[in-house]
Amino acid sequence: MMTQGLFTLPQGVVTVSYIIATILFILALGGLSNQETARRGNWYGIIGMTIALIATIFGKVTDNYDLLIVALLIGGTIGLWAARRVQMTQMPELVAILHSLVGAAAVAVGFANFMDPDAHFEGVEGTIHDIETYLGVLIGAVTFSGSVIAFGKLSARISGNPLILPARHWLNLLLLIGAIYYGYAFVQESAAGGGLNPLIIMTVIALLFGIHMVMAIGGADMPVVVSMLNSYSGWAASATGFMLNNDLLIVTGALVGSSGAILSYIMCRAMNRNFLAVIAGGFGTGGGAAAKGVGEDQGEVAPIEALETAELLDNAKEVMIIPGYGMAVAQAQHTVFEITKMLREKGVNVRFGIHPVAGRMPGHMNVLLAEAKVPYDIVFEMDEINEDFPDVDVSVVIGANDIVNPSALTDPDSPIAGMPVLECWKGKVSIVLKRSMATGYAGVQNPLFFLDNTRMLFGDAKATLDEVLKDL
Amino acid sequence: MRIGVPRELHADEQRVATTPEVAAQLIKLGFSVAVESGAGTRANFSDKAYQEAGCEIVAQTADLWEQSDIIMKVRAPEDEEAARLRSGKTLISFLWPGQNPELLDKLTASGATVMAMDSVPRISRAQKMDALSSMANIAGYRAIVEASQHFGRFFTGQITAAGKVPPAKVLVIGAGVAGLAAIGAAKSMGAIVRSFDTRPEVKEQVESMDAEFLMLDFEDDEDGSGEGGYAKVMSDEFIKAEMELFADQAKDVDIIVTTALIPGKPAPRLITAEMVESMKDGSVIVDLAAEQGGNCELTEPGTVAVKNGVSIIGYTDLPSRLAAQSSQLYATNLRHLLTDLTPEKDGNIVVDFEDEVIRGTTVCKEGEKTWPPPAPKLSAAPQKAEPVPAPVAAEPEKRSLMGPIIGVVIAGIALLGLGAVAPPSFMAHFTVFVLACFIGYMVIWNVTPALHTPLMSVTNAISSIIVIGALLQLSSANNVIMWIAAVTVGVTAINIAGGFAVTRRMLEMFRK
Repeated sequence: MMTQGLFTLPQGVVTVSYIIATILFILALGGLSNQETARRGNWYGIIGMTIALIATIFGKVTDNYDLLIVALLIGGTIGLWAARRVQMTQMPELVAILHSLVGAAAVAVGFANFMDPDAHFEGVEGTIHDIETYLGVLIGAVTFSGSVIAFGKLSARISGNPLILPARHWLNLLLLIGAIYYGYAFVQESAAGGGLNPLIIMTVIALLFGIHMVMAIGGADMPVVVSMLNSYSGWAASATGFMLNNDLLIVTGALVGSSGAILSYIMCRAMNRNFLAVIAGGFGTGGGAAAKGVGEDQGEVAPIEALETAELLDNAKEVMIIPGYGMAVAQAQHTVFEITKMLREKGVNVRFGIHPVAGRMPGHMNVLLAEAKVPYDIVFEMDEINEDFPDVDVSVVIGANDIVNPSALTDPDSPIAGMPVLECWKGKVSIVLKRSMATGYAGVQNPLFFLDNTRMLFGDAKATLDEVLKDL
Repeated sequence: MRIGVPRELHADEQRVATTPEVAAQLIKLGFSVAVESGAGTRANFSDKAYQEAGCEIVAQTADLWEQSDIIMKVRAPEDEEAARLRSGKTLISFLWPGQNPELLDKLTASGATVMAMDSVPRISRAQKMDALSSMANIAGYRAIVEASQHFGRFFTGQITAAGKVPPAKVLVIGAGVAGLAAIGAAKSMGAIVRSFDTRPEVKEQVESMDAEFLMLDFEDDEDGSGEGGYAKVMSDEFIKAEMELFADQAKDVDIIVTTALIPGKPAPRLITAEMVESMKDGSVIVDLAAEQGGNCELTEPGTVAVKNGVSIIGYTDLPSRLAAQSSQLYATNLRHLLTDLTPEKDGNIVVDFEDEVIRGTTVCKEGEKTWPPPAPKLSAAPQKAEPVPAPVAAEPEKRSLMGPIIGVVIAGIALLGLGAVAPPSFMAHFTVFVLACFIGYMVIWNVTPALHTPLMSVTNAISSIIVIGALLQLSSANNVIMWIAAVTVGVTAINIAGGFAVTRRMLEMFRK
């Protein structure tokens, strides 16, 4: 039998606490609408979570407090340690692995709830409850395995290339049919008191589905995947909320779910890609157009030295810096900031143009620049500055490729046709920092490199920028 | 290796092949640089300035030639200079091997390697060492300066208390590098500038400098673009139409700058004696083709001739009249060539004939004549001619309305079906769920894209609210459930603490 806790909050108080927590969560997300209120928003989130935890611990938990405290302490310590230690360039990995934890939790809660004899219902309610449990575990398992694979890809433990299995669409369909079949079997058996086997089989199917889905997605589509997994973790929480009849979980899950869905949508739009096409995977492998773009002789590129780059920057009035994933890889953001600072002191108007899918997760570049102390009021979104390029004297493209590819606008056969890009070639000079002439993730050759007003600065971004800084 | 820069012997030559600034960069490439005493004086570079840049000053011409491995000059070597060239040395200068075959033979016989700056292939990679373009640019600018010297009026129009001054009208024939430089200079002084060229693709460049591009009344679209960015010889009808245009213009304009050259041919006669006669008194013609015979019939190369009140400037040394500037650009061109010649940056040059640019520039190598070079591949041409085309018009979303309508109907039926069978408690939760989705939708669209990463980490933290499920199960009497719940609490705690802490850390970094 259950023993009583030290004291128990009345159920009404618990419900009110949950409402307050819900409101605080909404305010937390609302606070992120701009940088000034964002920090306050985060505190709202922390307070909301604390209230929800306290209300649950003192209102619902009746036993095993020692275990509770130990678990919270261990988990909390690990979480704080990871948050402190993570490099800003590794943020996508951290976010991915944290998503997997939500998925794992949803699976565990679902199984535990299924095994709990107190949580059983009869008739239609029973069926609905079974479906809720089933869905919660399903989404949780997909989130878990998908996030683990995403983590592996982002941290380069797994190759970033899309893994294309033969007949992969049929495989997905097969897994889906399997999941539906075992769902039916689960509801049937559960009514008769069993059902553990179908649930376990489905979990395995869902795990396989998550692995297969993310394995098939290429490096450049990672922002979509990370935001999609973000969304799934929310839906998993929501489904668990239905299962437990808990509105706080439902609301929070729905908030997170729609947040992730909107981010996925924004990322897809920024690449002019269909969401389903991204999920189906295999970018830049199917079309013959990509191969054509690579093989074509585009002419010669004009290389430039660090010294001349410094001179160009020195004599410019308007400079636009376009960072890409290459900047993160080379850890060049601090040098970029030093150059920015020096140029701004000389009266050069330096601004940053950020493409929505630059980097490996939404907003990745902004975080990196913020880490390097670049003031956020000179960091602009693509739509804000794309029209200003004709007035820009020097554009510096650091480790970016597809997001500055003019063929997205000019070549209807290009695999990235229609994707909005930063139109730096409209400026006077573009300097492109690159390690080599290799193509970007889309596997498309970039005509920008061969334009008359483009200069290539080859080498590691950090090393060359350090040299530029020295020459300024 | 040691680079020697002698004083130019030609009487009118004021340029020098390197400047102190460039010499310092050459030393960085691993060379040592020796400069003949007084070499830079006429271009305003003192011996002291060279010394400060790390150069050695050599008093005797003979010593300089004797001790240097590489000789850098501006003008083609005079006879006495050619005699000083020995086997194993390298000479880099202007040479015009096409016009000076005897000189080339003589240099070849000496056994030295000679690189002609006028033979640098005109491909985009070699633009940085294209001394002809550098000099043409200066000549074009200087042409306008010389014209203003002989032109008795303002270039710009003014309305003064003493009356109105009309702006000068300038016609620039040939919109190559020199022509464009002349257009720019005249434009910046306030003149009305027109330009003509047989190559229609330069129209855009002329118009980009705010000058008017004159078109011919001519049926055939004859394209005057020849190889290597030069013009070619045109048909008779074309020339006739062209001459009529010039005759018309001559009556109207105040200043004519002619820059028409066809490689390997005498300069085309574009301005006849009658046209000069038809010009207003006090007008000026600057003939940049004077050295190749002149575009104007009355040009006297090397001097200013006044015919019928029109000053015809036939100077052949315009770059040299801007010696400091042209020395600096020429020296930089030479430095770029030397950079390509010293791949190891160790001060040792490698004449690599696999390199198209170096192959084209080298006119003789160790006693073997290597001129003329094989024809260069015109690589950048398709790119160059084609301006960035207008963006493909964004295709309007022409999705049929049927899809969404069917979707809404199906969703509606599904919801109604759900409402018919589901118990009220479920519908209450469902209401909350749908409303929460809408709130999420509204709130998230307001989030600034710069904060998308913090958004993901904070939503990740709050989605760990799933911990409540685990907390509810933690008190279970069933040991399996209890332990699963405990582990889940621990896992979500990682998420809660990690998510909020990392969000806080990121937001702290965003500063104005």
